[in-house]
Parts: sequence; C-alpha cells; structure tokens
Amino acid sequence: MQYIIDTGIYLIGGTTTTISLYIVTILFSVPLGITLAVFEANGPKSVKKLLHIYAWLFRGTPLMLQLIFFYYGISIVTNNIIVLSAFQAACLTFILNYSAYLMEIFRSGIESIEKGQYEASYALNLSRYQTMRRIILPQAIRRVLPPLSNEAINLIKDTALVIVIGMGDLMRAAKEILTRDFTIIPFVVAAIIYLFLTSLIVLGFRKLEKKYVMRS
Amino acid sequence: MSCVVNLEVKNLKKYYGDVHAVDGVSININKGETISIIGPSGAGKSAFLRSVIQLENPDSGYIYVDNEIIFGIDEKTKKQEHIEHTEFTRRKSKIGMIFQRFNLFPHKTALENVSEAPIVVNNINKKEAIEEAKHLLNRVGLSDKYNSYPNEISGGQQQRVAIARALAMKPEILLCDEPTSSLDPELVGEVLNVLKELSEENMTMIVVSHEMSFAREVSDRVAFMDMGKIIDIGKSDDFFTKTNNDRVREFLKKIL
Repeated sequence: MQYIIDTGIYLIGGTTTTISLYIVTILFSVPLGITLAVFEANGPKSVKKLLHIYAWLFRGTPLMLQLIFFYYGISIVTNNIIVLSAFQAACLTFILNYSAYLMEIFRSGIESIEKGQYEASYALNLSRYQTMRRIILPQAIRRVLPPLSNEAINLIKDTALVIVIGMGDLMRAAKEILTRDFTIIPFVVAAIIYLFLTSLIVLGFRKLEKKYVMRS
Repeated sequence: MSCVVNLEVKNLKKYYGDVHAVDGVSININKGETISIIGPSGAGKSAFLRSVIQLENPDSGYIYVDNEIIFGIDEKTKKQEHIEHTEFTRRKSKIGMIFQRFNLFPHKTALENVSEAPIVVNNINKKEAIEEAKHLLNRVGLSDKYNSYPNEISGGQQQRVAIARALAMKPEILLCDEPTSSLDPELVGEVLNVLKELSEENMTMIVVSHEMSFAREVSDRVAFMDMGKIIDIGKSDDFFTKTNNDRVREFLKKIL
C-alpha cells in the first residue's frame, strides 16, 4: 500500500507538467481557434486559402512529428539562433496543433447559424464585429460544445507525447518507476490519474451542455 | 396626417441573374402612413423591402429617408453615390424591420433581445435600456415574459418581442416582411393588433402581407406588386372595390 501511495506522489509530480501544458494550450488555442474560425468563415479568399493550408498541415501530420520538428528542427533550421526549451517547444506545438482543430470546429459552428441572425443584427445596426461577438459566436460555441469536449479530453491524453522530446510528465514518471522496480503498478496509478483528469473535463462539459442545451 | 415624405424610392431595381425581382419601383411614403404591399408570391415584395433597408444590394435606383440619400446608383452610368459610413448608418437606423421568421436571438431572453441593440449600438446605460425594454414589452402585451427565451414562448409572442426589439431603436419607418405568415392562424390576431396600434400611433409602416383585412382596415394605401413592379396603388378604402386593373381583380377574386 505504502508503495502505491509513494508511486502516486511521484506521479503527481509528473502531472504538474501535464497540467501546465494543458492549461497553456487551452488558454491560447481557444481564443486563437475562435479568431481564426471567424476569418475562415468571413475573411477574403486569400486568407481562407492560407488557413486551409494551415489546417491541412497540422491536422494532416502526426502531433509527435510536429513536436520533434519544433524542438529539434527549429534550432537546426535557425542554426541555433532560436533554441526552444522542451516546455516552450511543447507549448508552441500543442497551441498550433489544437488551434487548427479548434478553428475547424468553431468554423462549423459559425456556419451553422441561420442567415436570419445576421439579417436581424444588420437591421438593428449592429456592426459586423458586434454581430459576430455578441450574436453569432455565443450561439456557435454552444452548438459545438460536444466536439469541443472531445478535443479537451484528447488534449489531456496527447500531452503524454512530450516524452519524445525528453520532458518529464506523468507518463514518463510512470515509465521511470517501471524501469527501476519492474512493476506495472505505476501504469495503473497513471491510468487512474488520467481517468480522474478526463472525468473532471467530461463533468465540466456536461454541466455546460445542460445549462445551454435549451437555447441553441 | 401631415404630408412630409418620410421614405422616397426612385426607380429601384434588383436583379438576381435574369430574374427581375424588383423592376423599377418608385414610391413616396408620407410620415405616419401605413402602406400594405400585396401580390402573388415571387412578385418581389420581400425583395423590395429588403432592398429598402439594404439587406439586398439593389442594382440601381435611389432611396431617400427624410430627404437624405441612403442608396443611389444611376441606372445608365452605374455611378454609385458615395455615402460616408457613419452617416449611412445614422440614416439607415431610421428604418426598422421585422421578419417572417422573427429572427430573435435564441440565446437571449425577451428583455435581452430588446435591450441588446440600444446598449451595444447606441451606448445607452444598461439600466435605462432595460427599463425601456420592459416598457416596450409591456406595450406589446408581454409584461409576464421578460425572462423567457424565444423557444419558451409562442410564435405570436416571439413576433411581438421582435416588434418591441425593432421599436427599441426608435425607427421612424418600420418594414414588416410577412409578419404573420409563419404563425398559426389563432396567433395572427395578436400580432396584427400590435401593428394596428403602431399604425394608429402614426408610425410609418410598409407591410408586406397576405392579410387582406389588415390591408383594407389598417393601411392608408395598398400597393399591388407583380413581376417586380407596382402595377396598382390606391387608397385602401377604394382599392378592393374600385380597382380597374384586371390583374389585381383576378388576384383579389382568388383570395377573397
């Protein structure tokens, strides 16, 4: 028993990396994803094209490859002028990767809003920005809560990939104990911690969906 | 009734490809006047209303509100009148509109629907805007629905919220695009009553409607549109009985 508790404490140490990466990614990629979605839905053709290429690149290649590219690749390409720490590289990669997915989700939400909402806003003299900010986006975000909750769960699990650039997270802590003690208990404990985190997220989204389900 | 021209439309044209939805409509509407536009579907009635408030970009013609231009493109030269944006917005804000499908904001309560534009567009203090919104909702008979969301109230109530929402921006001219067409028959009356009251309070109104009794009893003039043109227009008292136009008579015979 003591062994499991000790393992748990050690793993929770690794969890802080997981959680910081998670929070930084959410804080940046949600606003970025929304902003890009607005441009993708309303912007000029050239901007749309650029965003399509962006989504194509980041959704079309493995996240692990992107991580390795940003960590090792950038310093090589810039001849060591720009060297990112593992955490910086991980944040950058996750923000860019998740923004691409979120952009597509928010865009689908924006495009699902009826034309009449824009027309009523226009007739009331709301500016295009006000219409987007106060009328269209609040409705669009409510509609895409289910796919958003999927992404929120995926992100927790994807953070385990930082192991490939040598970062110590929950997963790596578990692996360390495995090699030291040759037991699978750390993986079981790690699984429980992951499940706990994802359950929190699911619960949070369920509350949100319940609150808004009536009105969209 | 005073005879100050509130809305002037000159030779307005709106084409969708080969379809001449609005094909040279000219009309002057006086302050406080209520005009009903009737006619078969596809006649261009809605396209005309939507062009007036610039929801559609007309191909040519001129539109003036209180003698100030809000749209102008010369038919021959295609030269467009330049109107500075804030000035355009100020002039356009004199026109309000209600829609066949209400188009209420589903994520906002009745009160929020009505107070949204005054707060956001006119920068009116929130408390004041809410008070005014309550007053407007009372006026359309919805004093018990302040905090209802659109999906919690009937179609007739939704349309009345939409009317209150349009009135909150203090328009001089109210465009009503088939305001009762998507309502259950028993809910039509409550909306028409509100419109009738507005008309009696001298709001300038253009109502596209299939409600002939409303056209006859409430409006001052009735215009008949077909194939994008106003082919007959007259005082509502006479229009239904004395029109000489065969096309109008044929239409009226079918629906009355």
